[in-house]
Amino acid sequence: MIDVKVDGRLKSQRFRQEREADWKRLERLMEKVEKGSMASLSEEEILAAPVLYRSALSSLSVARATSLDRGMIDYLEMLCARAYFFVYGSRETLRSQLGAFFAGGWPAAVRGLWRETLVSVGLMVIGALVGAWLFGQDAEWYYAFMPREMTGGRDPAATTEMLRSTLDGAKSGSGLSMFATFLFTHNAQVALLAFALGFALCVPTAMLVIYNGVMLGVFFALFASRGLGVEAGGWLAIHGVTEIFAVCLAGAAGLKIGWTVAFPGERSRLDAAAEAGRHAATVMGGVVVMLFFAGLLEGFGRQLIAWTPARYGVAALTALIWGLYFYAPRRRTSA
Amino acid sequence: MSEASTLKLTRAFVTPEGVDLRLQLADASQRAGAFLVDAAIMLAVLIVASILIGLIGVGALAAAGLKGAEVIAVLWLLGFFLLRNFYFVGFELSAAAATPGKRAMGIRVAARDGGRLRPGAIFARNAMRELEIFIPISMLFAPAGVEGGGVEGWMYLLGITWAGVFVLFPLFNKDRLRAGDLIGGTWVVRAPKRKLMRDMADEGAERLQRYAFTQEQIDAYGAKELHVLEDVLRERDRKTMRAVADRIAGKVGWTRLPEEDDYDFLSAYYAALRKRLEARLLMGVRRRDKHDTAR
Repeated sequence: MIDVKVDGRLKSQRFRQEREADWKRLERLMEKVEKGSMASLSEEEILAAPVLYRSALSSLSVARATSLDRGMIDYLEMLCARAYFFVYGSRETLRSQLGAFFAGGWPAAVRGLWRETLVSVGLMVIGALVGAWLFGQDAEWYYAFMPREMTGGRDPAATTEMLRSTLDGAKSGSGLSMFATFLFTHNAQVALLAFALGFALCVPTAMLVIYNGVMLGVFFALFASRGLGVEAGGWLAIHGVTEIFAVCLAGAAGLKIGWTVAFPGERSRLDAAAEAGRHAATVMGGVVVMLFFAGLLEGFGRQLIAWTPARYGVAALTALIWGLYFYAPRRRTSA
Repeated sequence: MSEASTLKLTRAFVTPEGVDLRLQLADASQRAGAFLVDAAIMLAVLIVASILIGLIGVGALAAAGLKGAEVIAVLWLLGFFLLRNFYFVGFELSAAAATPGKRAMGIRVAARDGGRLRPGAIFARNAMRELEIFIPISMLFAPAGVEGGGVEGWMYLLGITWAGVFVLFPLFNKDRLRAGDLIGGTWVVRAPKRKLMRDMADEGAERLQRYAFTQEQIDAYGAKELHVLEDVLRERDRKTMRAVADRIAGKVGWTRLPEEDDYDFLSAYYAALRKRLEARLLMGVRRRDKHDTAR
């Protein structure tokens, strides 16, 4: 009690006055970080932040135990939380994160989903077979699965010549970039939907994948029934290898989430779901990239390359590239 | 927010240094408010950009023919796609880990396990919006087959109910997680910018020298009353101060002089009480309120 009498101030008051400048400095740093980026801090400030954070944290511990200045404790709690997120937050730049994603993160995530991918591909194939079989039974089934606006005159009522003409490339390059962009954004949206629907315990995702397979099946069956199977195959495969594989991966990501939420195994449902979500989201980030390429191939490649063998050649090349990229053995097995 | 609901949303969060930060989760109204702000921003950007692009498009059509208009159409399609899918992801990847709406509400995204917030987690939590927002919205605005009545009407109702489950998901769990938070392993916590409030003891300690309270007079109250007194001093409302000052003087048996200022008296008593309680706190005794007989 002796020291208090020297200048009449309380202990907690002096405690606060002695450290206030440091807290204010940390607060200014956090404001700067939250407004801009890491780059806005000088080297000295980056080094100072963790030190200031730890001293603020120790101030908080002391204040909780010895002070009744509620304003100060509330302030320190918030300041420490903000600084915690900075100090223990991500320090990687966007560029290095993207680098790691393409170099190993994405293919590893795709490989990790091989079971779901097989199921998803299987569902798509079953859908296609069912679609082709139904079309063989009755051509009217075609209208049940294909939305009118998507057919663009490619329906059982068209003559063989008309069907053949729809498989040709475009005469000029105009309008292609818009077409490609539309295809990309539309497909990416559908893929994201397939992923999100997985949360509802797999069923809607599986239905979406099967439905896509059925559409593929009836479409192909229509052309095959007119003796245009090979040409239609090339027309589909040039972009379809990339696009259909991407849709299957999106389905696989959705299935992974749904399955984990339904059957979390040994771990708690929340932890299992969070890990599955991060894993599946990594795959999904890549799916958007794949669909971008598919859009380019569909919008430009297919319209400009009209010769069927060349279309098959491009399709085989894309299959080879994706296959090697995802499934080829690597020297370092990344996590 | 009341005391009880604050406590209900407080979560222990121990840093590697061993200090519990006692994070507070954002409540449903803050989440909804943040979303409405973001939705309004997205809508405004969409409308303004569409008008601008439309005007430029007309110009481009006149200047460069179809080729020009095509570029504009590509821009719009890509812009719409990016806005719809990457508005939330982009902002949450930044150091603030919050969209403008969240920042306005003083909340941010954090990893539930206390680790760093990974891009995968942010992507996952926002891809789920497809299920939580865009499906319900498209259902609301496209009530297909409702006029047909019968089975289709029932199907529509079923669909809306199904979609509603995901929209209202955060209300049905104690951590206020939406489906995206569950999948991303994230939660949304309060992180408002808080200014350091004035220390009320600064003035009190000076005034205390003019008042000589006895030990018994100071021992009449505990920490809870101290905080109430602090609020009264901060507000500095004349009537309240008079009432509180009379109340305290009556309770502790302090004879008040007519020229004595209420604020001076309360401020001095605050400093005295805090000094006493803190001195006992240092000895490990925390007196919660006036009924607490901890000695």
